[in-house]
Amino acid sequence: MAILSVSGLAISFGSNHVLKSVNFELNETEVLGVIGPNGAGKTVMLNILTGLLKPTAGSIVYMGADITGKSLYDRGRMGFGRTFQIPRPFEKLTAYENVMVGGIFGDGLSEKAAGSKASEILELIGLYPKAGVFAGKLGLLDRKRLEIGVALASNPKILLFDEVAGGLTESEVVEILNIVLKLKADGVSFIWIEHVLKTMLEGTDRVMCLAQGRDVVCGLPAEVLASKEVSEVYLGADEDE
Amino acid sequence: MYIIIQSVITGILLGGLYAVIGVGMSLVFGIMRLTNIAHGDLMILASYFTMLFAMEIVGNVFLALLITIVLMLILSFLIQTFLVNRVIDKGPEPSLLVMFGVSIIIRNALILIFGANNRTIPNPLSTTNILNSPNISISGGYLVNFIVGVAVVLVLMFIIQKTYFGMSIRATASNRMGAELLGVNTKRIFAYTLCLAVATASIAGLLIGQTFVFYPSTGPQYLITAFGVVVIGGMGSLGGTLVGGILLGLVQLLSAHFFGTGWQTIAGYVFMLVILTIRPQGIFAKARR
Repeated sequence: MAILSVSGLAISFGSNHVLKSVNFELNETEVLGVIGPNGAGKTVMLNILTGLLKPTAGSIVYMGADITGKSLYDRGRMGFGRTFQIPRPFEKLTAYENVMVGGIFGDGLSEKAAGSKASEILELIGLYPKAGVFAGKLGLLDRKRLEIGVALASNPKILLFDEVAGGLTESEVVEILNIVLKLKADGVSFIWIEHVLKTMLEGTDRVMCLAQGRDVVCGLPAEVLASKEVSEVYLGADEDE
Repeated sequence: MYIIIQSVITGILLGGLYAVIGVGMSLVFGIMRLTNIAHGDLMILASYFTMLFAMEIVGNVFLALLITIVLMLILSFLIQTFLVNRVIDKGPEPSLLVMFGVSIIIRNALILIFGANNRTIPNPLSTTNILNSPNISISGGYLVNFIVGVAVVLVLMFIIQKTYFGMSIRATASNRMGAELLGVNTKRIFAYTLCLAVATASIAGLLIGQTFVFYPSTGPQYLITAFGVVVIGGMGSLGGTLVGGILLGLVQLLSAHFFGTGWQTIAGYVFMLVILTIRPQGIFAKARR
């Protein structure tokens, strides 16, 4: 069953038509990978899905309800979680407090419940030893982990990942893949933008390729990565051919 | 020699009052990036409220302050929710102008209602000296101001740093978008922040009213004091306002001692300018990009 269905999504900044028409469906507990060359509009699409940007056309239907006009805050409450390409945790809060904010506000937990959940999550993302460190003092990997942790604490139904694996080593990527698998088993769906193809092959159920503001091809990861359309997009083959 | 010690003591005590004048402004700037131009006028409005309740209605200063704080909390919640929050996403200037408007309205409403005369809130302590030796004396009123000032700053720091409410305020300040996405109602948090700041301003209003005379247009004078405290201590740093207040008090009193009382005010501003030149972000705040 589709938890999210996007149709005809388009956005323009003046005469710059970043997204022309994006259509896809996300099934429950599915991991949908999104690839595409730089400037294809992947992050813009994620920003629209999060509610940061308003689309110029198209609709987003989430669990049967049209949420195209809903705010960031409403979507957070409805179960959207997100990480950013450049992690932006709450720098003046400790790692523990960061996760607490997610639990108390995102999931409506009591302070005590949020506390024990925060400890669990820090354990899961491997930040437990650094629980008392201010987020502003954490390194890149730890910040990325923390962002996942904060999003997790809000008990999301859909997690939007923007290049969580970028800049990480192979073993660190494996850790992230394991976290994703575990969450998937708990009933979370993912939309995952990534340049690291290994994660797309191993961690996703389907992959969609965005290029020039359109969804070019969508299907099983291995098939999509091997497809004629993807190689054309990445090698810049002429569209007229 | 004794006169210098006397100046230092009075300067430090005055600094405690300056800290409570500035701390609300620092809080609002630190969390919302909003320069609250109406800070001084809100303070004087609280002075008038407290005076009215204490002298005409309840007859007790503490009860009067309590009622004033409740009224001021409601007022500041309304100002933030219905005026500032409407424009806060449009950049810093519109909300600055809104606060400028609030400032003008308060000042003129006070003239209309209370007239332009000097007022004061009677305080038995202001004429009592706690310590009264031939060389050094400590005014009871100043000592109370200092203790209350330090206590207010410490309580505010505790709320911001140690409570879950404070945690949501800090989260909003550090990444508003992220907080919003996690289900924090950041505009509501802004309203609470202004409420907290105005509560401190109400206490400052009582202390000012008991220590000096006030009239409807004194607000800007204390706004500038608050600016001085916040610039010296560091915008957004609560602990910094304590140090900033004490430094400003010391500079004023010592310059009065060495150069004459006429220099008191100007020395304070010169000191503020020196700090702005050598350390623009203030002594305790971290530099921003």
